[in-house]
Amino acid sequence: MHETFYDVMRRQGITRRSFLKYCSLAAAALGLGPSFVPKIAHAMETKPRIPVLWLHGLECTCCSESFLRSAHPLAKDVILSMISLDYDDTIMAAAGHQAEAIIEETIEKYDGNYILAVEGNAPLNEDGMYCIIGGKPFVEQLRHAASHAKAIVSWGSCASWGCVQAARPNPTRATPTHMVPGIADKPIIKVPGCPPISEVMTAVITYMLTFEKMPELDRQGRPKMFYSQRIHDKCYRRPHFDAGQFVESFDDEGARKGYCLYKVGCKGPTTYNACSTVRWNGGLSFPIQAGHPCIGCSEDGFWDKGSFYERQTNVKGFGIEASADRIGATSAAIVGGAAAVHAAASVVKHMTSKGNQE
Amino acid sequence: MVQSNQRHSEEAVYIYEAPLRIWHWINALAIVVLCVTGYFMGEPLPSVSGEAYDYYIMGYIRWMHFVAGYVVIVGFLFRIYWAFMGNRHAMQIFLIPVWKGWWWKELFHELLWYAMIAKEPKKYAGHNPLAVLTMHLAFVWVLIFLIFTGLALYGEGTGMGTWQYDYFSDWIIPLFGQSQDLHTWHRIGMWVMICFVITHMYVAVREDIMSRQSIISSIVSGWRMYKDSRPMDGHE
Ligand code: HEM
Ligand code: HEM
Ligand code: SF4
Ligand code: SF4
Repeated sequence: MHETFYDVMRRQGITRRSFLKYCSLAAAALGLGPSFVPKIAHAMETKPRIPVLWLHGLECTCCSESFLRSAHPLAKDVILSMISLDYDDTIMAAAGHQAEAIIEETIEKYDGNYILAVEGNAPLNEDGMYCIIGGKPFVEQLRHAASHAKAIVSWGSCASWGCVQAARPNPTRATPTHMVPGIADKPIIKVPGCPPISEVMTAVITYMLTFEKMPELDRQGRPKMFYSQRIHDKCYRRPHFDAGQFVESFDDEGARKGYCLYKVGCKGPTTYNACSTVRWNGGLSFPIQAGHPCIGCSEDGFWDKGSFYERQTNVKGFGIEASADRIGATSAAIVGGAAAVHAAASVVKHMTSKGNQE
Repeated sequence: MVQSNQRHSEEAVYIYEAPLRIWHWINALAIVVLCVTGYFMGEPLPSVSGEAYDYYIMGYIRWMHFVAGYVVIVGFLFRIYWAFMGNRHAMQIFLIPVWKGWWWKELFHELLWYAMIAKEPKKYAGHNPLAVLTMHLAFVWVLIFLIFTGLALYGEGTGMGTWQYDYFSDWIIPLFGQSQDLHTWHRIGMWVMICFVITHMYVAVREDIMSRQSIISSIVSGWRMYKDSRPMDGHE
């Protein structure tokens, strides 16, 4: 007999009342109506819990830290008891060989049924030697665990896109999960962010456990329910953007009045994430609310787009690095200059040929 | 031999039909609006103080960009239609006869003319090969690029489930990397278009003065007039 989620929760001392509260919370986070609350509850009472194997490659552990800080303490407890985090080197008690043995155990016991959560990514250079886990390159562990998993969750920007360790020139060739050569062909859900918002992480897991299917993904593999809109679309400073009221520098009047941060480099208009709706730390705040522009942490390659404090991206190539406007204005000036020179030469030619005719 | 003092009644040719001329000027105006508003969307005007509800500066700038954007799109669709429905010159900027030997020869001659080596250009009814080449590469394709990337950016605002998002943003954003790269490329597209417009206006004025035919008045009235009455030696 498999344990159900509900069994586990009760064993952990969670009351039925709290359990139902959690179900409504989860439904709300997932954007489902109240009619889904009993469905979630029912699923949790009857379905065997799904084991999660949480691996860590090249990373900074900010995803785990975020996950553990789920806003609602209840949500956190429930989630942690819900998924059997059989292996997560940050929070598990076991260590050393004992810990590594757990991975094999989980893979064997739940072959084809567990969810592989990947935090961080695999460096491929030097045969993967830049990240060694239990004496072996992480990339091997990742391939092995992926080939027996049911689905893969790429936590954070590292596993989804590469993030800071893959920033140019990417000396270790850090590679996001879906681009690792030879990785098993399993569904991959990307939950980007540096780190992703904890409520988004727990909600994605809850959804998969409750409905036993993947949440609907966009073309790039992100759950639509949290990544279908940009920060800018729901930003509370948006009226200032539309009005044309901007912070010009961080110590000006506009900054004190909470104007739009576009001119000091806000990447909200180009960043798909839920920060401006879900916010952080239990809905307390988010970077823009604290007066700092969004740096676009959930977007592919956000480290390589030039300054965090300038809106325009730097374009690389031809051995130079400049913004579109610098390149464009220079080209336009060259074309204009060439036209002027050509015009002058044409005038001379015109005069002389006229002279010849006469 | 044709004598230069002889006048021919068939000297003027009607080449740019009214729909094409109207399209040219509406399109030109819309593109100027797009460049100006587009520039200020990326590099906004100095901030204003006061209450947010008293102003809608960025809002209007963006709105004008989108209106002009749709004018350009509808206009361009019409222009494609007109390429088939109009006279044979209407197809010129879309289809370059690269498989024809004379086209390359005349292109070379036009280049010599611009390098001030050839003594005079050939006489054309429609566009000369160099004009066609520039318009095809630096206008037609750049405009298509701007329309596709523009609609993909527009879809970001209208959101999933709208045609702009589903048919454009959905595949164009990943194609460029991410949304920010798309913005950058759309902006680079603008600068290429600006380079085209500078060149276009310069050569229009230059050829009006130096070539053997009328240029600027032709895109206004539709008629091509000639300064000499020797035979037409250009193909188109
Ligand atoms: C944004 C601005 C402009 C754009 C994008 C543009 C684009 C074009 C295009 C695509 C054509 C080809 C017409 C066809 O065959 O369909 C054309 C023709 C022409 N344009 Fe413009 N135009 C612009 C502004 C101007 C301006 C300001 C002038 C006036 C100096 C001008 C003068 C002409 C002339 C004279 C022709 C006919 C050229 C010929 O006879 O070979 N254009 N333009
Ligand atoms: C000649 C054609 C066009 C030019 C020169 C042009 C230019 C620009 C420029 C410079 C930007 C600012 C990019 C940035 O720095 O973020 C921009 C943004 C944009 N353009 Fe265009 N554009 C053109 C056509 C179009 C078309 C056809 C559409 C479709 C409706 C369009 C829709 C947009 C949208 C939605 C944005 C983003 C607005 C925002 O971020 O607030 N553009 N355009
Ligand atoms: S602060 Fe950033 S996200 Fe908010 S309205 Fe301004 S540009 Fe958009
Ligand atoms: S506001 Fe932007 S940079 Fe900050 S956490 Fe959200 S997506 Fe990342």
